Amino acid sequence: MAYSYQLKRVDFIFKNENNWEKVLATTIKKKPEEIINELISSELKGRGGAGFPTGLKWKLTAEAKAKNKYVICNADEGEPGTFKDREILSRVPYKVLTAMAVCGYVTGAKEGYIYLRGEYKFLEEELNKAIEEFHYYCQETNLDFKVKIFMGSGAYICGEETALMESMEGRRGEPRNKPPFPTQAGYMDGPTVINNVETLVHTFTIFEYGAKKFYDLGVQYSRGTKLFSVSGDTPKPGIYELELGMSLQDFVYEFGDGDTKAVQVGGASGFLVPRKKFNDTAIGYQGKLVGISLPTGGSMMLFNSSRSMFNVLDNYLEFFREESCGQCTPCRVGCQQLLLGIKAVKRGEKPASYLEKLLRLTETMQYTAKCGLGQSVANSFSSIVENFREEMIY
Amino acid sequence: MDPVQSLVKGLADKYGRTRESLLPVMQGVVQQEKYLSEYSMVEIAREMDIPASDVYGTATFYSFLETQPAGKFIIRVCKTITCAMKGKNQILFSIQDMLKIKVGETTPDNRFTLLETNCLGWCHKAPAMLINDEVYTDLTPEKIREILSGYIKKSI
Ligand SMILES: Cc1cc2nc3c(=O)[nH]c(=O)nc-3n(C[C@H](O)[C@H](O)[C@H](O)COP(=O)(O)O)c2cc1C
Ligand code: SF4
Ligand code: FES
Repeated sequence: MAYSYQLKRVDFIFKNENNWEKVLATTIKKKPEEIINELISSELKGRGGAGFPTGLKWKLTAEAKAKNKYVICNADEGEPGTFKDREILSRVPYKVLTAMAVCGYVTGAKEGYIYLRGEYKFLEEELNKAIEEFHYYCQETNLDFKVKIFMGSGAYICGEETALMESMEGRRGEPRNKPPFPTQAGYMDGPTVINNVETLVHTFTIFEYGAKKFYDLGVQYSRGTKLFSVSGDTPKPGIYELELGMSLQDFVYEFGDGDTKAVQVGGASGFLVPRKKFNDTAIGYQGKLVGISLPTGGSMMLFNSSRSMFNVLDNYLEFFREESCGQCTPCRVGCQQLLLGIKAVKRGEKPASYLEKLLRLTETMQYTAKCGLGQSVANSFSSIVENFREEMIY
Repeated sequence: MDPVQSLVKGLADKYGRTRESLLPVMQGVVQQEKYLSEYSMVEIAREMDIPASDVYGTATFYSFLETQPAGKFIIRVCKTITCAMKGKNQILFSIQDMLKIKVGETTPDNRFTLLETNCLGWCHKAPAMLINDEVYTDLTPEKIREILSGYIKKSI
């Protein structure tokens, strides 16, 4: 079935940063419950990949009883093909800080942290200047909230929320068991809201314009706008804010080079969609009634027919093998074996049917790995192997 | 106090001596020394009263916390998918050709270390690399020669 949907460019995220003082002042005049209800009715979902409802996250943390609570902005942005959080932090940092302060007001947290990946260290100085200015404003208006930057040191897994907290606590970035969830016991065991950079900026949009304006954008289950990081074989790589719910076909019309063979939606941990499925695929959170809906942290990588899908998968698996924290066996050994396995099939040392064994291994990883990294290797692996089987063998 | 001891003490005074300060302290040592030597890790352990094995275990988890001697300028070339598609290998060849080192090696004069790394968040301007904290994008072999010549002059 064909979609009649068109790509809709929008411009909220990078606009009107200058309003931040006004937005902050008017928002914290409201009751915390009012702000939470506003967020819930906007149906904003987390933009870091997992898509958890943001209003509910803030609500759970607000309701948790504890002396010390925290707000963390996740700026680890390590998913291959994502580069929008860097752009947000360099262009509209005050929006992020405002959203963090409102979150502090709503939940009762007095401390906020921005976990900035080591690769973005060049942003630290400017960001610290903004924080200083922001603190000055907070002091003037008697708002008890402070933000600090915590620098990462080159580890993709530290983007996973509990690994990130381990890292902030001075340990190896190894994900924790859940529950307890961060909203109950996060950083230093205190109830913690952890949100992606972009999620925070969307809350700013909602505070500025109201929930309805946001809700009216996008489609059912996938409300609002999203920043997309577009790269690969495209004449216009870059960052674009679009309404959620577009069909992948429309996306390829706009961004393809006329020869698009496949699109990787959601980075290495997401799905590869081959040309024949562009029409049936929409970009948004699961739950759409027709076709497949693929969520994404914003990473959209296009491949044209000159690319070998074997090389693509090989590159992803190399990535996962290196970035697996090694804590649990299915992921640590699984990633290594998948990589060895596809190479063996390619060299003809294993029969083509060995691919089925590897697919079963990814399924096992999906069920038994401890965190999202190991669980999601199956996404790209199965979508590439199933759609481009010949390229894996010959 | 030797230089490492006073560096570690200064960092611990600045960031604190609780476990949450371990990463900032290690990052501070790497900023200055380029890598965490065994000696500096033992020093951090002593100064912060954390088992040395924990300091080592934590340091080795993070790819930017080098535990091997490294040069003054650490070059990290992105090898993830988009950069790989857009000519990362030519970039590596030109660097290797100019500096006469392979990936993982340091020049004999201790000026440059060449490493590969994962997605740097500049895929729309691939291929990309870092030299210390500085980002370079849209790389070509010509650009590499220009950039590295600049660094070579800088470090004489
Ligand atoms: C392996 C892995 C890496 C992740 N990396 C990031 C990241 O770099 N940035 C991010 O915001 N979320 C990342 N996440 C998702 C976080 O765990 C978490 O869901 C998110 O920060 C919550 O914020 P949100 O609700 O605003 O999306 C990652 C998850 C996994 C499993
Ligand atoms: S799934 Fe992988 S990254 Fe996650 S905890 Fe297990 S080993 Fe670590
Ligand atoms: S793949 Fe090289 S910067 Fe993203």
